[in-house]
Amino acid sequence: MKALSIKGLEKTYQSGNQALRGIDLEVGAGDFYALLGPNGAGKTTAIGIVTSLVNKTAGTVEIFGHSIDRELGAAKACIGLVPQEINLNLWESVHNTLLYQAGYYGLGRKLARARTEKYLKELRLWDRRKDSARSLSGGMKRRLMIARALVHEPKLLILDEPTAGVDIEIRRSMWEFLTRINEAGTTIILTTHYLEEAESLCRRVAIIDEGRIVEDAKMSTILRKLQHETFVLSLVEPGANKPRLTAFENVMRDDGELEVIIGPGQSLNELFAELNAQNVRVASMRNKANRLEELFLRLVESNSDARDADA
Amino acid sequence: MNLALNTVAIATVVQKEVVRVLRIWLQTIVPPAITMTLYFIIFGNLIGRRIGTMDGFDYMSYIAPGLIMMSVITNSYGNVVSSFFGAKFGRHIEEMLVAPMSNAAIIIGHVAGGVLRGLMVGALVTCVALFFTRLHVEHLLVTISVVLLSSIVFSLAGFINAIFAKKFDDISIVPTFVLTPLTYLGGVFYSISLLPEFWQNVSRANPILYMVNAFRYGILGTSDIEIATAYAILLVFVVLLFSFSLMLMNRGVGIRE
Repeated sequence: MKALSIKGLEKTYQSGNQALRGIDLEVGAGDFYALLGPNGAGKTTAIGIVTSLVNKTAGTVEIFGHSIDRELGAAKACIGLVPQEINLNLWESVHNTLLYQAGYYGLGRKLARARTEKYLKELRLWDRRKDSARSLSGGMKRRLMIARALVHEPKLLILDEPTAGVDIEIRRSMWEFLTRINEAGTTIILTTHYLEEAESLCRRVAIIDEGRIVEDAKMSTILRKLQHETFVLSLVEPGANKPRLTAFENVMRDDGELEVIIGPGQSLNELFAELNAQNVRVASMRNKANRLEELFLRLVESNSDARDADA
Repeated sequence: MNLALNTVAIATVVQKEVVRVLRIWLQTIVPPAITMTLYFIIFGNLIGRRIGTMDGFDYMSYIAPGLIMMSVITNSYGNVVSSFFGAKFGRHIEEMLVAPMSNAAIIIGHVAGGVLRGLMVGALVTCVALFFTRLHVEHLLVTISVVLLSSIVFSLAGFINAIFAKKFDDISIVPTFVLTPLTYLGGVFYSISLLPEFWQNVSRANPILYMVNAFRYGILGTSDIEIATAYAILLVFVVLLFSFSLMLMNRGVGIRE
């Protein structure tokens, strides 16, 4: 059974803005799925419709087989949502925020208290349980929203840019936590601007642009579509002569680092073989840009070019 | 509809509302008690002595039921409108909207919260009134049922106001320009028998007149209107306002894009 099945989903706002132009999307149970797209692409609208915060114009949505048109309650019970913007009751205590959310999902008092304790401890907020939400730092508020979304233990967790504005340490700890709950069986859909986040966490990815899905595939498949990849090499002796690489396009930068483009059919082994032959020693190496970022930009640009051509 | 789930959800909303009222008791409980104390001192005690009796009761006793009802009405309305609009404004209404609880449960939970605050304040104002006058409850069932139904009606009205409100000004317009004038003209301070016939008939179009008089009938045993008419009006308002609230919620007016 699919965790999420979207068919022909359209949304036109009263302002006339057509946010979604007939998207189809399927997310398998247990997937860790990335939904990427530039600002205003329609990601948050799509999530809003799935979580019933936005009314759709056309199309169908099913969550674990429950249609949001016919079995809204059952569909909602399967979902936990971490929205993009902080939507906590800032005057409420951390403990009651979770306790009330559990109650809205019909959890009895004893179970609600147990789950509240469990998830506040998991998200390292138990010590702050008596404080009001407004006294928490930005990262803690994000963690509280994740705990709130999990308190009824949903089968599908949707996170809309959960790590926006949080420092790298907290972001890493969130990644570890999300990976853990995904491995425990929770399907996760993630939208993010940090493409590194999507690449390291997600097994499938859909790219949405101007209300249309422009790519939907396994992360490994999508990354294989990269025609070339640029690496930056720090040389042990940057002042020495520039190495002569016959098979690879390359450029020596002003800071003494060597940029090398690995094209289709080429490998890093071949590059290092050439460098070794010239006795050039490499101290370290990194990608010039995130691989997914390169692909993302290319797909969004080609979608834009196609629209211009149609016009 | 999942009855067990919605029962828990309603109880949760009520708990949230009561915790909120008690957390900010200096804003929710104390001010109405102080205002009503001033009414009792100024209108009941100082001016009332010169007025004499009204419908056979000393003026303080006559206005006490009206003042209690006025505090119940304004606090029921005020609680729901500020709480629900605050949740919309802060977007934590989404906590309820994404959950499987029904729209009816969201309405009932908030209305129950409004009724509880209305009753808390009403009880406090009754205690204040007892410092100034002796109140004998003539018809206990009428007293309880009328105060409950009136509180439900105005909690529902506050809920509808909150649904349509887009900014904080919108939640003070109705209480200031509609609710307060209707309450003051609803027979809290006088019997409509003192008015010329034309104004008596105009007053009969004011639903608050029926609530105040029915409540006064419950406590003092006197009323300007037929009690059966008051019940009919209260029940019709409860049904109409609840149905309208539910329709607005189901359509997502003011809460869903």
